[in-house]
Amino acid sequence: MKFTGTVIKYGDNVDTDVIIPARHLNTIDVKELASHCMEDIDKDFHSKIKAGDIMVAGLNFGCGSSREHAPIAIKASGISLVIAKSFARIFYRNAINIGLAILECPEAAERIENGHEVEADLDAGVITDLTTGAKFKTSPFPPFIQNMITNGGLVASIQKGDFC
Amino acid sequence: MGMTMTQKILAAHAGLERVEAGQLILVDLDRVLGNDITSPVAIREFEKIGATSVYDKDKVTMVMDHFAPNKDIKAAEQCKMCRSFCEKHEVTHFYDVGRMGIEHALLPEKGLVVCGDVVIGADSHTCTYGALGAFSTGVGSTDMACGMATGKAWFKVPGAIRFNLTGKLNPHVSGKDVILHIIGLIGVDGALYRSMEFTGEGVSALSIYDRLTISNMAIEAGAKNGIFPVDEQTLAYVAEHSDRKPVVYTADADAEYDATYEIDLSKIKSTVAFPHLPENTHTVDEIDDIKIDQVVIGSCTNGHYKDLEEAANILKGKKIASHVRAIIIPATQDIYLKAIENGLVKIFIEAGCVVSTPTCGPCLGGHMGILAAGERAVATTNRNFVGRMGHVTSEVYLASPAVAAASAIAGKIADPAKV
Repeated sequence: MKFTGTVIKYGDNVDTDVIIPARHLNTIDVKELASHCMEDIDKDFHSKIKAGDIMVAGLNFGCGSSREHAPIAIKASGISLVIAKSFARIFYRNAINIGLAILECPEAAERIENGHEVEADLDAGVITDLTTGAKFKTSPFPPFIQNMITNGGLVASIQKGDFC
Repeated sequence: MGMTMTQKILAAHAGLERVEAGQLILVDLDRVLGNDITSPVAIREFEKIGATSVYDKDKVTMVMDHFAPNKDIKAAEQCKMCRSFCEKHEVTHFYDVGRMGIEHALLPEKGLVVCGDVVIGADSHTCTYGALGAFSTGVGSTDMACGMATGKAWFKVPGAIRFNLTGKLNPHVSGKDVILHIIGLIGVDGALYRSMEFTGEGVSALSIYDRLTISNMAIEAGAKNGIFPVDEQTLAYVAEHSDRKPVVYTADADAEYDATYEIDLSKIKSTVAFPHLPENTHTVDEIDDIKIDQVVIGSCTNGHYKDLEEAANILKGKKIASHVRAIIIPATQDIYLKAIENGLVKIFIEAGCVVSTPTCGPCLGGHMGILAAGERAVATTNRNFVGRMGHVTSEVYLASPAVAAASAIAGKIADPAKV
Protein backbone atom coordinates (compact mmCIF):
# COMPACT_ATOMS: atom_id res chain seq x y z
CA MET A 1 0.00 0.00 0.00
CA LYS A 2 1.37 3.40 -1.04
CA PHE A 3 0.09 6.89 -0.23
CA THR A 4 1.13 10.25 -1.66
CA GLY A 5 -0.27 13.55 -0.43
CA THR A 6 0.16 17.02 0.99
CA VAL A 7 0.81 17.30 4.71
CA ILE A 8 -1.40 19.04 7.25
CA LYS A 9 0.44 19.17 10.56
CA TYR A 10 -0.67 19.43 14.20
CA GLY A 11 1.07 19.22 17.58
CA ASP A 12 1.02 16.87 20.58
CA ASN A 13 -2.04 15.45 22.38
CA VAL A 14 -4.60 16.12 19.66
CA ASP A 15 -7.61 14.70 21.49
CA THR A 16 -10.80 13.13 20.18
CA ASP A 17 -12.84 16.07 21.52
CA VAL A 18 -11.16 18.35 18.98
CA ILE A 19 -11.06 15.73 16.21
CA ILE A 20 -14.85 15.48 16.50
CA PRO A 21 -16.53 17.51 19.27
CA ALA A 22 -19.09 15.56 21.31
CA ARG A 23 -21.86 18.00 20.39
CA HIS A 24 -21.86 16.34 16.95
CA LEU A 25 -22.07 12.76 18.26
CA ASN A 26 -25.83 12.72 17.90
CA THR A 27 -25.29 11.40 14.38
CA ILE A 28 -23.49 8.46 12.78
CA ASP A 29 -23.63 10.01 9.28
CA VAL A 30 -20.03 9.94 8.08
CA LYS A 31 -20.33 13.02 5.82
CA GLU A 32 -21.83 15.10 8.61
CA LEU A 33 -19.09 13.94 11.00
CA ALA A 34 -16.43 14.82 8.41
CA SER A 35 -17.89 18.33 8.01
CA HIS A 36 -17.09 19.06 11.70
CA CYS A 37 -13.71 17.29 11.85
CA MET A 38 -11.01 19.34 13.68
CA GLU A 39 -13.25 22.46 13.71
CA ASP A 40 -12.43 23.47 17.29
CA ILE A 41 -8.69 23.88 16.56
CA ASP A 42 -8.78 24.42 12.79
CA LYS A 43 -12.08 25.83 11.59
CA ASP A 44 -11.10 25.69 7.89
CA PHE A 45 -10.01 22.05 8.01
CA HIS A 46 -12.98 20.68 6.11
CA SER A 47 -12.76 23.20 3.26
CA LYS A 48 -8.99 23.02 2.77
CA ILE A 49 -8.48 19.23 2.81
CA LYS A 50 -8.05 17.48 -0.55
CA ALA A 51 -8.63 13.74 -0.94
CA GLY A 52 -5.39 11.93 -0.23
CA ASP A 53 -3.86 14.55 2.08
CA ILE A 54 -1.70 13.21 4.90
CA MET A 55 -2.08 14.27 8.54
CA VAL A 56 1.11 14.51 10.62
CA ALA A 57 1.01 14.99 14.40
CA GLY A 58 3.03 14.75 17.58
CA LEU A 59 2.72 12.57 20.66
CA ASN A 60 -0.41 10.78 21.92
CA PHE A 61 -2.57 11.51 18.87
CA GLY A 62 -6.25 10.71 19.44
CA CYS A 63 -6.15 10.72 23.23
CA GLY A 64 -9.36 10.89 25.23
CA SER A 65 -12.68 9.37 24.31
CA SER A 66 -13.10 5.98 22.62
CA ARG A 67 -15.38 7.51 20.00
CA GLU A 68 -14.78 5.74 16.71
CA HIS A 69 -16.40 8.80 15.14
CA ALA A 70 -12.90 10.36 15.37
CA PRO A 71 -11.03 8.09 12.90
CA ILE A 72 -14.26 7.84 10.87
CA ALA A 73 -14.40 11.65 10.54
CA ILE A 74 -10.72 11.87 9.58
CA LYS A 75 -11.07 9.12 6.98
CA ALA A 76 -14.29 10.59 5.55
CA SER A 77 -12.60 14.01 5.29
CA GLY A 78 -10.29 12.51 2.68
CA ILE A 79 -7.18 12.06 4.81
CA SER A 80 -5.40 8.97 3.48
CA LEU A 81 -2.86 8.43 6.26
CA VAL A 82 -2.01 9.73 9.73
CA ILE A 83 1.66 9.78 10.77
CA ALA A 84 2.31 10.58 14.46
CA LYS A 85 5.07 10.35 17.04
CA SER A 86 2.69 8.12 19.03
CA PHE A 87 -1.01 7.27 19.12
CA ALA A 88 -3.36 6.92 22.07
CA ARG A 89 -4.19 3.24 22.30
CA ILE A 90 -7.94 3.29 21.64
CA PHE A 91 -7.48 5.55 18.60
CA TYR A 92 -4.73 3.21 17.36
CA ARG A 93 -6.94 0.11 17.46
CA ASN A 94 -9.99 1.99 16.13
CA ALA A 95 -8.00 3.20 13.12
CA ILE A 96 -6.82 -0.33 12.35
CA ASN A 97 -10.30 -1.76 12.93
CA ILE A 98 -11.98 0.68 10.51
CA GLY A 99 -9.17 0.67 7.93
CA LEU A 100 -7.71 4.17 8.38
CA ALA A 101 -3.99 3.89 7.62
CA ILE A 102 -1.70 5.07 10.43
CA LEU A 103 2.04 5.03 10.98
CA GLU A 104 3.97 5.64 14.17
CA CYS A 105 7.26 7.33 13.26
CA PRO A 106 8.64 9.95 15.70
CA GLU A 107 11.43 11.10 13.41
CA ALA A 108 9.17 11.64 10.39
CA ALA A 109 6.56 13.37 12.54
CA GLU A 110 9.25 15.68 13.91
CA ARG A 111 10.89 16.62 10.62
CA ILE A 112 8.10 16.70 8.05
CA GLU A 113 6.60 20.20 7.84
CA ASN A 114 3.15 21.50 7.05
CA GLY A 115 2.53 21.67 3.28
CA HIS A 116 5.28 19.20 2.32
CA GLU A 117 4.57 16.49 -0.21
CA VAL A 118 5.03 13.04 1.31
CA GLU A 119 5.04 9.49 0.01
CA ALA A 120 4.54 6.55 2.36
CA ASP A 121 5.12 2.95 1.35
CA LEU A 122 3.51 0.80 4.04
CA ASP A 123 4.84 -2.51 2.69
CA ALA A 124 8.44 -1.29 2.55
CA GLY A 125 8.01 0.71 5.77
CA VAL A 126 9.47 3.87 4.23
CA ILE A 127 8.18 7.44 4.45
CA THR A 128 9.72 9.91 1.95
CA ASP A 129 9.45 13.68 2.33
CA LEU A 130 9.31 14.52 -1.39
CA THR A 131 9.83 18.23 -0.60
CA THR A 132 13.19 17.69 1.14
CA GLY A 133 14.11 14.21 -0.08
CA ALA A 134 14.48 12.90 3.47
CA LYS A 135 13.59 9.25 4.03
CA PHE A 136 12.35 7.71 7.28
CA LYS A 137 12.11 4.04 8.19
CA THR A 138 9.05 2.77 10.09
CA SER A 139 8.62 -0.48 12.00
CA PRO A 140 6.32 -2.96 10.25
CA PHE A 141 3.03 -3.93 11.92
CA PRO A 142 2.91 -7.40 13.50
CA PRO A 143 1.52 -9.99 11.01
CA PHE A 144 -1.83 -10.24 12.89
CA ILE A 145 -2.45 -6.52 12.42
CA GLN A 146 -0.98 -6.40 8.91
CA ASN A 147 -3.42 -9.16 7.98
CA MET A 148 -6.34 -7.15 9.36
CA ILE A 149 -5.22 -4.08 7.40
CA THR A 150 -4.93 -6.19 4.22
CA ASN A 151 -8.42 -7.61 4.81
CA GLY A 152 -9.79 -4.06 5.13
CA GLY A 153 -10.46 -3.91 8.86
CA LEU A 154 -11.88 -6.05 11.65
CA VAL A 155 -15.40 -6.53 10.24
CA ALA A 156 -13.97 -7.68 6.89
CA SER A 157 -11.64 -10.09 8.76
CA ILE A 158 -14.60 -11.65 10.57
CA GLN A 159 -16.58 -11.87 7.34
CA LYS A 160 -13.65 -13.78 5.81
CA GLY A 161 -13.53 -16.14 8.79
CA ASP A 162 -10.10 -14.74 9.55
CA PHE A 163 -10.61 -13.68 13.18
CA CYS A 164 -11.63 -16.58 15.42
CA MET B 1 9.77 -14.22 34.97
CA GLY B 2 6.29 -13.86 36.46
CA MET B 3 3.14 -12.18 35.22
CA THR B 4 1.40 -9.02 36.35
CA MET B 5 -2.17 -9.18 37.65
CA THR B 6 -3.46 -7.95 34.28
CA GLN B 7 -1.41 -10.53 32.39
CA LYS B 8 -2.78 -13.34 34.60
CA ILE B 9 -6.39 -12.37 33.86
CA LEU B 10 -5.69 -12.05 30.15
CA ALA B 11 -3.85 -15.40 30.00
CA ALA B 12 -6.76 -17.17 31.69
CA HIS B 13 -9.25 -15.65 29.26
CA ALA B 14 -7.09 -16.54 26.26
CA GLY B 15 -6.80 -20.17 27.38
CA LEU B 16 -3.04 -19.81 27.80
CA GLU B 17 -0.71 -20.85 30.61
CA ARG B 18 1.22 -17.64 30.33
CA VAL B 19 1.46 -14.50 28.23
CA GLU B 20 4.09 -11.80 27.96
CA ALA B 21 4.09 -8.12 27.14
CA GLY B 22 3.76 -7.46 23.42
CA GLN B 23 2.06 -10.78 22.61
CA LEU B 24 -1.10 -10.56 20.48
CA ILE B 25 -3.93 -12.67 21.88
CA LEU B 26 -7.62 -13.36 21.35
CA VAL B 27 -9.58 -13.11 24.61
CA ASP B 28 -13.01 -14.36 25.78
CA LEU B 29 -15.21 -11.55 27.03
CA ASP B 30 -17.34 -11.62 30.20
CA ARG B 31 -19.13 -8.41 29.24
CA VAL B 32 -19.48 -6.13 26.21
CA LEU B 33 -20.73 -2.61 26.94
CA GLY B 34 -21.91 0.34 24.89
CA ASN B 35 -23.75 3.61 25.38
CA ASP B 36 -26.17 5.72 23.32
CA ILE B 37 -23.33 7.38 21.38
CA THR B 38 -21.08 4.44 20.61
CA SER B 39 -23.67 1.66 20.25
CA PRO B 40 -25.35 3.03 17.10
CA VAL B 41 -22.02 2.80 15.22
CA ALA B 42 -21.52 -0.69 16.68
CA ILE B 43 -25.00 -1.78 15.60
CA ARG B 44 -24.25 -0.63 12.04
CA GLU B 45 -21.01 -2.68 12.06
CA PHE B 46 -22.75 -5.68 13.71
CA GLU B 47 -25.22 -5.72 10.84
CA LYS B 48 -22.37 -5.56 8.30
CA ILE B 49 -20.84 -8.66 9.88
CA GLY B 50 -24.11 -10.45 9.14
CA ALA B 51 -24.42 -11.93 12.63
CA THR B 52 -27.95 -13.12 13.43
CA SER B 53 -27.67 -13.01 17.20
CA VAL B 54 -25.50 -11.61 19.97
CA TYR B 55 -23.04 -14.08 21.50
CA ASP B 56 -24.73 -13.97 24.91
CA LYS B 57 -27.83 -11.90 25.65
CA ASP B 58 -26.90 -11.68 29.35
CA LYS B 59 -23.40 -10.34 28.65
CA VAL B 60 -24.16 -7.62 26.13
CA THR B 61 -25.02 -4.40 27.98
CA MET B 62 -26.27 -1.03 26.72
CA VAL B 63 -26.75 2.06 28.85
CA MET B 64 -28.50 5.20 27.57
CA ASP B 65 -26.56 7.80 29.54
CA HIS B 66 -24.65 10.28 27.37
CA PHE B 67 -27.32 12.36 25.62
CA ALA B 68 -30.19 10.91 27.66
CA PRO B 69 -32.80 11.91 28.67
CA ASN B 70 -32.73 12.67 24.94
CA LYS B 71 -31.28 16.11 24.35
CA ASP B 72 -32.64 16.50 20.81
CA ILE B 73 -34.32 14.58 18.00
CA LYS B 74 -31.08 13.08 16.71
CA ALA B 75 -30.18 11.83 20.20
CA ALA B 76 -33.67 10.38 20.51
CA GLU B 77 -33.19 8.50 17.23
CA GLN B 78 -29.90 7.04 18.48
CA CYS B 79 -31.51 5.79 21.70
CA LYS B 80 -34.39 4.38 19.65
CA MET B 81 -31.91 2.47 17.48
CA CYS B 82 -30.30 0.95 20.61
CA ARG B 83 -33.69 0.14 22.15
CA SER B 84 -34.87 -1.65 18.97
CA PHE B 85 -31.63 -3.63 18.73
CA CYS B 86 -31.87 -4.76 22.35
CA GLU B 87 -35.51 -5.75 21.93
CA LYS B 88 -34.72 -7.71 18.77
CA HIS B 89 -31.80 -9.55 20.35
CA GLU B 90 -33.47 -9.92 23.77
CA VAL B 91 -30.59 -8.16 25.50
CA THR B 92 -31.15 -8.57 29.25
CA HIS B 93 -29.12 -5.61 30.42
CA PHE B 94 -30.53 -2.67 28.48
CA TYR B 95 -30.78 0.40 30.73
CA ASP B 96 -33.07 3.17 29.59
CA VAL B 97 -34.17 6.42 31.24
CA GLY B 98 -35.67 5.63 34.64
CA ARG B 99 -33.45 2.60 35.19
CA MET B 100 -30.18 3.83 33.77
CA GLY B 101 -27.32 5.53 35.50
CA ILE B 102 -23.92 6.64 34.28
CA GLU B 103 -22.58 3.36 32.93
CA HIS B 104 -19.41 2.99 34.98
CA ALA B 105 -21.23 3.68 38.23
CA LEU B 106 -24.18 1.52 37.19
CA LEU B 107 -22.38 -1.69 36.23
CA PRO B 108 -20.62 -2.23 39.59
CA GLU B 109 -23.80 -1.24 41.44
CA LYS B 110 -25.87 -3.79 39.47
CA GLY B 111 -23.25 -6.47 40.11
CA LEU B 112 -22.48 -6.81 36.39
CA VAL B 113 -18.72 -6.87 36.95
CA VAL B 114 -16.88 -9.07 39.45
CA CYS B 115 -13.22 -9.72 40.26
CA GLY B 116 -11.38 -11.56 37.50
CA ASP B 117 -13.73 -10.55 34.65
CA VAL B 118 -12.61 -9.31 31.24
CA VAL B 119 -14.83 -6.44 30.12
CA ILE B 120 -14.67 -4.29 27.00
CA GLY B 121 -16.75 -1.18 26.62
CA ALA B 122 -17.16 1.27 23.78
CA ASP B 123 -16.39 4.06 26.21
CA SER B 124 -12.91 5.06 27.25
CA HIS B 125 -13.72 5.08 30.99
CA THR B 126 -14.51 1.36 30.95
CA CYS B 127 -11.17 1.02 32.74
CA THR B 128 -13.10 1.90 35.94
CA TYR B 129 -13.74 -1.76 36.87
CA GLY B 130 -10.06 -2.36 37.53
CA ALA B 131 -10.99 -1.12 41.00
CA LEU B 132 -12.79 -4.45 41.48
CA GLY B 133 -9.82 -6.54 40.33
CA ALA B 134 -11.20 -7.03 36.80
CA PHE B 135 -9.46 -6.37 33.49
CA SER B 136 -11.57 -3.78 31.74
CA THR B 137 -10.71 -1.41 28.96
CA GLY B 138 -12.21 1.05 26.52
CA VAL B 139 -12.46 0.14 22.86
CA GLY B 140 -14.22 1.51 19.80
CA SER B 141 -17.57 0.66 18.28
CA THR B 142 -16.16 -1.89 15.80
CA ASP B 143 -14.59 -3.83 18.68
CA MET B 144 -17.93 -3.65 20.46
CA ALA B 145 -19.72 -4.96 17.34
CA CYS B 146 -17.28 -7.84 16.95
CA GLY B 147 -17.44 -8.51 20.70
CA MET B 148 -21.24 -8.67 20.54
CA ALA B 149 -21.05 -11.06 17.58
CA THR B 150 -18.20 -13.34 18.66
CA GLY B 151 -17.64 -12.83 22.40
CA LYS B 152 -13.97 -12.14 21.67
CA ALA B 153 -11.56 -9.25 21.28
CA TRP B 154 -7.92 -8.97 20.19
CA PHE B 155 -5.36 -7.47 22.54
CA LYS B 156 -1.69 -6.77 22.67
CA VAL B 157 -0.64 -7.91 26.15
CA PRO B 158 0.42 -4.78 28.03
CA GLY B 159 3.48 -4.23 30.16
CA ALA B 160 2.84 -2.44 33.43
CA ILE B 161 3.79 0.46 35.65
CA ARG B 162 3.45 -0.16 39.39
CA PHE B 163 2.24 2.43 41.86
CA ASN B 164 3.13 1.29 45.34
CA LEU B 165 0.79 3.04 47.77
CA THR B 166 1.62 3.68 51.41
CA GLY B 167 0.03 5.72 54.20
CA LYS B 168 -3.53 7.04 54.23
CA LEU B 169 -5.34 10.08 52.90
CA ASN B 170 -5.82 13.26 54.94
CA PRO B 171 -9.30 14.77 55.52
CA HIS B 172 -10.82 16.40 52.39
CA VAL B 173 -8.39 14.46 50.16
CA SER B 174 -9.84 11.63 48.06
CA GLY B 175 -9.22 9.24 45.17
CA LYS B 176 -9.58 12.11 42.67
CA ASP B 177 -6.63 13.92 44.21
CA VAL B 178 -4.59 10.70 44.06
CA ILE B 179 -5.19 10.12 40.37
CA LEU B 180 -4.73 13.79 39.43
CA HIS B 181 -1.46 13.77 41.38
CA ILE B 182 -0.32 10.65 39.50
CA ILE B 183 -1.30 12.03 36.07
CA GLY B 184 0.57 15.23 36.94
CA LEU B 185 3.57 13.07 37.80
CA ILE B 186 3.67 10.83 34.71
CA GLY B 187 1.79 12.91 32.09
CA VAL B 188 -1.17 12.20 29.83
CA ASP B 189 0.80 9.59 27.90
CA GLY B 190 2.87 8.41 30.88
CA ALA B 191 1.28 4.95 30.87
CA LEU B 192 0.58 4.72 27.12
CA TYR B 193 -0.26 1.14 26.00
CA ARG B 194 0.45 -0.16 29.53
CA SER B 195 -1.37 -1.23 32.70
CA MET B 196 -1.29 0.86 35.83
CA GLU B 197 -1.12 -1.62 38.71
CA PHE B 198 -1.73 -0.25 42.21
CA THR B 199 -0.16 -2.20 45.06
CA GLY B 200 0.99 -1.78 48.64
CA GLU B 201 -0.44 -1.42 52.12
CA GLY B 202 -1.99 1.92 51.18
CA VAL B 203 -4.59 0.15 49.02
CA SER B 204 -6.55 -1.07 52.04
CA ALA B 205 -6.81 2.53 53.31
CA LEU B 206 -8.70 3.50 50.13
CA SER B 207 -12.45 2.91 49.90
CA ILE B 208 -13.85 1.05 46.89
CA TYR B 209 -15.21 4.39 45.66
CA ASP B 210 -11.79 6.04 45.84
CA ARG B 211 -10.43 3.08 43.89
CA LEU B 212 -13.21 3.36 41.26
CA THR B 213 -12.29 7.04 40.77
CA ILE B 214 -8.58 6.21 40.46
CA SER B 215 -9.08 3.35 37.97
CA ASN B 216 -11.60 5.47 36.04
CA MET B 217 -8.95 8.02 35.10
CA ALA B 218 -6.18 5.54 34.17
CA ILE B 219 -7.09 6.35 30.55
CA GLU B 220 -6.15 9.99 31.18
CA ALA B 221 -2.57 8.78 31.60
CA GLY B 222 -2.90 6.81 28.36
CA ALA B 223 -3.17 3.46 30.16
CA LYS B 224 -4.91 0.38 28.85
CA ASN B 225 -6.27 -0.36 32.32
CA GLY B 226 -5.77 0.57 35.96
CA ILE B 227 -6.11 -2.32 38.37
CA PHE B 228 -6.21 -2.87 42.14
CA PRO B 229 -5.53 -6.11 44.01
CA VAL B 230 -8.59 -7.77 45.53
CA ASP B 231 -8.93 -7.41 49.29
CA GLU B 232 -11.67 -7.88 51.89
CA GLN B 233 -13.30 -4.59 50.92
CA THR B 234 -13.51 -5.68 47.27
CA LEU B 235 -14.98 -9.07 48.15
CA ALA B 236 -17.52 -7.47 50.49
CA TYR B 237 -18.55 -4.96 47.80
CA VAL B 238 -18.92 -7.66 45.13
CA ALA B 239 -20.86 -9.98 47.49
CA GLU B 240 -23.25 -7.13 48.30
CA HIS B 241 -23.93 -6.35 44.64
CA SER B 242 -23.62 -9.62 42.73
CA ASP B 243 -24.54 -13.30 42.94
CA ARG B 244 -21.63 -14.21 40.69
CA LYS B 245 -18.54 -15.80 42.17
CA PRO B 246 -15.46 -13.58 42.07
CA VAL B 247 -12.20 -15.03 40.73
CA VAL B 248 -9.16 -13.57 42.44
CA TYR B 249 -5.93 -13.13 40.49
CA THR B 250 -2.73 -11.87 42.07
CA ALA B 251 0.45 -10.63 40.45
CA ASP B 252 3.44 -12.98 40.68
CA ALA B 253 6.09 -11.91 43.16
CA ASP B 254 8.59 -11.73 40.29
CA ALA B 255 6.30 -9.90 37.86
CA GLU B 256 8.19 -7.37 35.77
CA TYR B 257 7.22 -3.70 35.82
CA ASP B 258 8.55 -1.05 33.43
CA ALA B 259 8.72 1.37 36.37
CA THR B 260 7.65 1.61 40.01
CA TYR B 261 6.45 4.82 41.66
CA GLU B 262 6.22 5.14 45.42
CA ILE B 263 3.12 7.12 46.37
CA ASP B 264 2.71 8.21 50.01
CA LEU B 265 -1.04 8.89 50.31
CA SER B 266 -0.53 11.01 53.43
CA LYS B 267 1.47 13.54 51.39
CA ILE B 268 -1.15 14.09 48.69
CA LYS B 269 -2.93 17.43 48.85
CA SER B 270 -6.14 18.59 47.20
CA THR B 271 -5.19 18.82 43.52
CA VAL B 272 -6.66 20.67 40.53
CA ALA B 273 -5.90 20.05 36.83
CA PHE B 274 -5.87 23.30 34.85
CA PRO B 275 -6.97 23.60 31.20
CA HIS B 276 -6.45 21.97 28.78
CA LEU B 277 -4.86 18.70 29.90
CA PRO B 278 -5.39 16.53 32.99
CA GLU B 279 -1.61 16.59 33.55
CA ASN B 280 -1.58 20.36 34.26
CA THR B 281 -1.91 19.84 38.00
CA HIS B 282 -1.49 22.28 40.88
CA THR B 283 -2.17 21.72 44.56
CA VAL B 284 -5.04 23.86 45.76
CA ASP B 285 -2.90 25.65 48.36
CA GLU B 286 -0.75 27.20 45.62
CA ILE B 287 -3.59 28.53 43.45
CA ASP B 288 -4.24 32.29 43.29
CA ASP B 289 -7.70 33.75 42.75
CA ILE B 290 -9.37 32.02 39.81
CA LYS B 291 -12.96 33.18 39.56
CA ILE B 292 -15.45 30.60 38.30
CA ASP B 293 -18.89 30.59 36.68
CA GLN B 294 -20.00 26.99 37.11
CA VAL B 295 -19.45 23.90 39.24
CA VAL B 296 -20.34 20.36 38.15
CA ILE B 297 -20.35 17.54 40.70
CA GLY B 298 -21.06 14.16 39.15
CA SER B 299 -19.89 11.96 36.22
CA CYS B 300 -18.58 8.40 36.01
CA THR B 301 -15.53 9.64 37.89
CA ASN B 302 -17.18 11.29 40.90
CA GLY B 303 -20.94 10.75 40.89
CA HIS B 304 -21.01 8.13 43.66
CA TYR B 305 -22.92 8.57 46.90
CA LYS B 306 -19.65 9.09 48.77
CA ASP B 307 -18.81 11.96 46.40
CA LEU B 308 -22.17 13.64 46.97
CA GLU B 309 -21.77 13.17 50.71
CA GLU B 310 -18.36 14.89 50.67
CA ALA B 311 -19.87 17.81 48.77
CA ALA B 312 -22.91 17.98 51.08
CA ASN B 313 -20.71 18.04 54.18
CA ILE B 314 -19.13 21.23 52.85
CA LEU B 315 -22.31 22.82 51.47
CA LYS B 316 -24.50 22.12 54.53
CA GLY B 317 -26.00 25.35 55.85
CA LYS B 318 -24.07 27.47 53.34
CA LYS B 319 -24.99 29.33 50.15
CA ILE B 320 -23.03 29.11 46.93
CA ALA B 321 -21.66 32.37 45.49
CA SER B 322 -24.33 34.39 43.68
CA HIS B 323 -22.48 34.35 40.35
CA VAL B 324 -21.97 30.55 40.34
CA ARG B 325 -24.25 27.89 38.85
CA ALA B 326 -23.75 24.55 40.62
CA ILE B 327 -25.05 21.38 39.00
CA ILE B 328 -25.12 18.16 41.01
CA ILE B 329 -25.64 14.90 39.14
CA PRO B 330 -26.05 11.65 41.08
CA ALA B 331 -24.60 8.89 38.88
CA THR B 332 -27.42 6.37 39.29
CA GLN B 333 -31.07 6.20 40.33
CA ASP B 334 -30.14 4.35 43.56
CA ILE B 335 -27.62 7.06 44.45
CA TYR B 336 -30.19 9.75 43.63
CA LEU B 337 -32.81 8.10 45.87
CA LYS B 338 -30.36 7.64 48.74
CA ALA B 339 -29.34 11.30 48.39
CA ILE B 340 -33.01 12.30 48.70
CA GLU B 341 -33.71 9.95 51.63
CA ASN B 342 -30.66 11.10 53.57
CA GLY B 343 -31.30 14.81 53.04
CA LEU B 344 -28.40 15.52 50.68
CA VAL B 345 -30.66 16.87 47.95
CA LYS B 346 -32.24 19.27 50.45
CA ILE B 347 -28.77 20.53 51.43
CA PHE B 348 -27.86 21.06 47.77
CA ILE B 349 -31.06 22.89 46.88
CA GLU B 350 -30.96 25.08 49.98
CA ALA B 351 -27.37 25.99 49.09
CA GLY B 352 -28.54 27.16 45.64
CA CYS B 353 -27.51 24.14 43.53
CA VAL B 354 -29.60 22.23 41.00
CA VAL B 355 -29.83 18.44 41.17
CA SER B 356 -30.26 16.50 37.94
CA THR B 357 -31.31 13.02 36.89
CA PRO B 358 -28.31 10.79 36.04
CA THR B 359 -26.62 11.75 32.75
CA CYS B 360 -23.10 12.22 31.36
CA GLY B 361 -24.51 15.51 29.93
CA PRO B 362 -22.16 18.38 30.74
CA CYS B 363 -18.96 16.30 31.15
CA LEU B 364 -18.60 15.99 27.38
CA GLY B 365 -20.38 19.20 26.45
CA GLY B 366 -23.56 17.34 25.52
CA HIS B 367 -26.27 19.12 27.51
CA MET B 368 -27.29 20.13 31.06
CA GLY B 369 -24.64 22.74 31.71
CA ILE B 370 -22.81 23.93 28.58
CA LEU B 371 -20.30 26.77 29.02
CA ALA B 372 -20.39 30.06 27.07
CA ALA B 373 -17.31 31.75 25.59
CA GLY B 374 -14.69 32.50 28.23
CA GLU B 375 -16.57 30.83 31.10
CA ARG B 376 -14.79 28.73 33.69
CA ALA B 377 -16.00 25.60 35.47
CA VAL B 378 -14.65 23.53 38.31
CA ALA B 379 -15.80 19.99 37.57
CA THR B 380 -15.40 16.60 39.19
CA THR B 381 -15.35 15.14 35.68
CA ASN B 382 -12.36 13.63 33.91
CA ARG B 383 -11.31 15.75 30.92
CA ASN B 384 -10.52 19.42 30.42
CA PHE B 385 -9.65 19.45 26.72
CA VAL B 386 -10.37 22.46 24.48
CA GLY B 387 -14.15 22.80 24.09
CA ARG B 388 -14.87 19.78 26.27
CA MET B 389 -17.76 21.39 28.20
CA GLY B 390 -18.85 23.96 25.64
CA HIS B 391 -17.34 26.93 23.80
CA VAL B 392 -13.75 26.53 22.59
CA THR B 393 -12.64 29.44 24.79
CA SER B 394 -14.32 28.04 27.93
CA GLU B 395 -12.16 26.39 30.59
CA VAL B 396 -12.57 23.30 32.76
CA TYR B 397 -10.64 22.79 36.01
CA LEU B 398 -10.75 19.18 37.20
CA ALA B 399 -11.03 18.61 40.94
CA SER B 400 -12.47 16.47 43.72
CA PRO B 401 -16.06 16.84 45.02
CA ALA B 402 -14.69 18.58 48.13
CA VAL B 403 -12.75 21.18 46.10
CA ALA B 404 -15.71 21.65 43.75
CA ALA B 405 -18.11 22.25 46.65
CA ALA B 406 -15.71 24.64 48.38
CA SER B 407 -15.21 26.50 45.09
CA ALA B 408 -18.98 26.86 44.57
CA ILE B 409 -19.23 28.64 47.94
CA ALA B 410 -16.16 30.82 47.41
CA GLY B 411 -16.96 31.66 43.79
CA LYS B 412 -13.35 30.87 42.95
CA ILE B 413 -11.15 27.80 43.18
CA ALA B 414 -10.94 27.11 46.91
CA ASP B 415 -9.39 24.78 49.45
CA PRO B 416 -12.05 22.65 51.21
CA ALA B 417 -9.99 22.80 54.40
CA LYS B 418 -10.46 26.58 54.50
CA VAL B 419 -14.16 27.05 53.66
